[in-house]
Amino acid sequence: MSVKDHREDHAPDMDDAAPGQETVNEREPVGGLQGYVIGFGFAVLLTAASFAVVMTDLVYGPAVVSALVVLAIGQMGVHLVFFLHLTTGPDNTNNVLALAFGIFVVVLVVLGSIWIMSHLNHAMMPMPGMNRFGS
Amino acid sequence: MLGKLDWAAIPFEEPIPLIAALVVFLGMVGLFAWVALKGWLPYLWREWITSVDHKRIGVMYIILAMLMLLRGFVDAIMMRTHQTATLFGEGYLPPDHYDQIFSAHGTIMIFFASMPFMIGLMNFVVPLQLGVRDVAFPTLNSVGFWLTASGALLVNLSLVIGEFARTGWLPYAPLSELEYSPGVGVDYYLWAIQISGVGTLVTGVNLVTTILKMRAPGMGYLRMPIFCWTSLASCMLIVAAFPILTATLAMLTLDRYLGFHFFTNTAGGNPMMFVNLIWAWGHPEVYILVLPAFGLFSEIFSTFSSKPLFGYRSMVAATLFICVVSFTVWLHHFFTMGAGADVNAAFGIATSVIAVGTGVKIYNWMFTMYGGRIRFDTPMLWALGFITTFTVGGMTGVLLAVPAADFVLHNSMFLVAHFHNVIISGVLFGAFAGYTFWFPKAFGFRLHEGWGKAAFWFTLVGFILVFVPLYVVGLQGMTRRLQSIPVDGWAPSLLVALFGVAVMIAGAACQVIQLFVSIRQRDSLRDETGDPWDGRSLEWSTPSPPPAFNFARLPHVEDEEPYWNIKQRAIEGQPPEVPESYQPIEMPKNSPTGFVSAFFATLIGFALIWHIWWLAILGMIGAYATFVVFAWRDEAEYEIPASEVERVDRERLETRQAWYKRREEHA
Repeated sequence: MSVKDHREDHAPDMDDAAPGQETVNEREPVGGLQGYVIGFGFAVLLTAASFAVVMTDLVYGPAVVSALVVLAIGQMGVHLVFFLHLTTGPDNTNNVLALAFGIFVVVLVVLGSIWIMSHLNHAMMPMPGMNRFGS
Repeated sequence: MLGKLDWAAIPFEEPIPLIAALVVFLGMVGLFAWVALKGWLPYLWREWITSVDHKRIGVMYIILAMLMLLRGFVDAIMMRTHQTATLFGEGYLPPDHYDQIFSAHGTIMIFFASMPFMIGLMNFVVPLQLGVRDVAFPTLNSVGFWLTASGALLVNLSLVIGEFARTGWLPYAPLSELEYSPGVGVDYYLWAIQISGVGTLVTGVNLVTTILKMRAPGMGYLRMPIFCWTSLASCMLIVAAFPILTATLAMLTLDRYLGFHFFTNTAGGNPMMFVNLIWAWGHPEVYILVLPAFGLFSEIFSTFSSKPLFGYRSMVAATLFICVVSFTVWLHHFFTMGAGADVNAAFGIATSVIAVGTGVKIYNWMFTMYGGRIRFDTPMLWALGFITTFTVGGMTGVLLAVPAADFVLHNSMFLVAHFHNVIISGVLFGAFAGYTFWFPKAFGFRLHEGWGKAAFWFTLVGFILVFVPLYVVGLQGMTRRLQSIPVDGWAPSLLVALFGVAVMIAGAACQVIQLFVSIRQRDSLRDETGDPWDGRSLEWSTPSPPPAFNFARLPHVEDEEPYWNIKQRAIEGQPPEVPESYQPIEMPKNSPTGFVSAFFATLIGFALIWHIWWLAILGMIGAYATFVVFAWRDEAEYEIPASEVERVDRERLETRQAWYKRREEHA
């Protein structure tokens, strides 16, 4: 059924339009082409920064991994705001909740796995060439 | 040219699979010839195979599920008869074949019977309950179904061409690695599950979008029928959990095909990581299956008790609680693998806690029935069978959640009895209840009550007779997946279980006969009104079967039970709102995209299993071309003229009015 059809019935919660049919959202800091260009600029900048962190001595050696994690989180933020149009507006509650659920599940599975695997590996007899992941 | 494929792949020396496959193949050819001779092929292609109507796709999912259910049941019968036979002799299944059977039984029952059944019911019912005309992405829906069918086809192909996995339904590494499973069995498993997994994932995305974005005007979240809530929770779990399965199986595939070492014994691999990851998907999967069943039982308890659902909001809360907590319990599948006491205790407690959510539901169902005017139709019988036996299964689950007890019970027949106890009473009874409940909506006539009741009683009694003795032998120390039984002391229990299987066969036979009898007597079983059970939610306000567009005008929802209130007002004599004019409706056009892309997916899967690289490349080009052709199409919708909409809706209103009048006179 078409999007138009729904609009006529002015159902609630159908303000999110299909790709290509979205109207400019006033709550977004920047919309339209300008928004995409700014987002692209940020994304390139953050990517370049990640390479710079690894390839130069700008950052203290042992802190490189932390720096990459920080840059990666920044990159995700840029993508969410500029490309996936995530805002705090009321029409975006679903998207924010979905994101929260996704992050929650990823955190549970990753941290849970690390915790479980470290216990399992501690209980193993040491074997040559065995991966001591997480220990 | 043909990779690893040659004549040695056909198991000429094993008559059982060969004859079975021959019979199935001849049956299929016969069916095809019959359909072709009757001239029904164009109809089949136009109205079903290329259909993007959520109702038709739902029905096709359920047909697939029922066929696979029979296949999985045959595997189960073979396992039980073989095990019992080995008490007195050799049995008739060599270890090599027996291992394939129990692996195929689990794989088929979970992925190709339970999943399609539940997804089929969701597909059929959710848009009708939400008061909308289709799902959010109709063509994607068709793609999802055909990819699932493609996976099922590959699994069944392994019966005659090559072999199936001998690793159990979850191919634990390192047994599933190339070193220990050099044949194509595990590859069949991997590609079949990956292809159908994509199908499941897109369906999950589709239904989540539909429920979040496409409700009838006025239907706020807390006015959605409970089945929509549990479907939403189940599909969110699909979206969150299935990528874990895909990634884990992809890593195993890389190990097997490209010499990686994710899960190998050597070169830094860690097989325990496979077990960890597969259950991080596997436990949510359990709730993906059972949550829709909880939802439809809620609908059935409320409808057949003639009362609104007790504790609707607590039901929603319990559903979401289960949805979240299901991601925190996966370690209980491998308490004995050697994690320390901290880890085992934490996951043991989380596992016990999740039973609270289910407990809330059980009490809500009991209070729904309390003081109600209960009608014991077949769907209600299945629901009552569920609530009693599922509680027992749930309690043995809490028992198994105690890590210390699990060290005794792990991998025993007690465990096998436990999960069959919950899956059969939860998912299978749910599937049958939903099938009987919504069958009149789908086809316009009811299923025969007598045969339905017979099927219920045989299945319930058979189910208890099979699995109670298995609990007993489990406690006596019998482990699962035994190819021969060396202990005479287990014989009495196993013989009772075998008798139970015979009773369950009678149940399955009743089910098949019920369908045939119902089709033959469809005129006397006709559902004229569209509301055969005195239902409460919006799907019962449509005629049976509903028109392609479901609702001539989208209903306006003002409370939790919109249809019930419209009906009460009508019975009290208020005239219905008759719209003055009707609008033409745009509906999505049918598309062969799903069928064609699944055809290419089957080619790709088969080619990769047998290392026929050129065919795999050809299949991928074909699949991509299908996508491009679909993306380039100009017209995605067709219009149903207003006059046609008006005709259908006026007819519906007239039958309704006549029925209300009859009821009034009756009362």
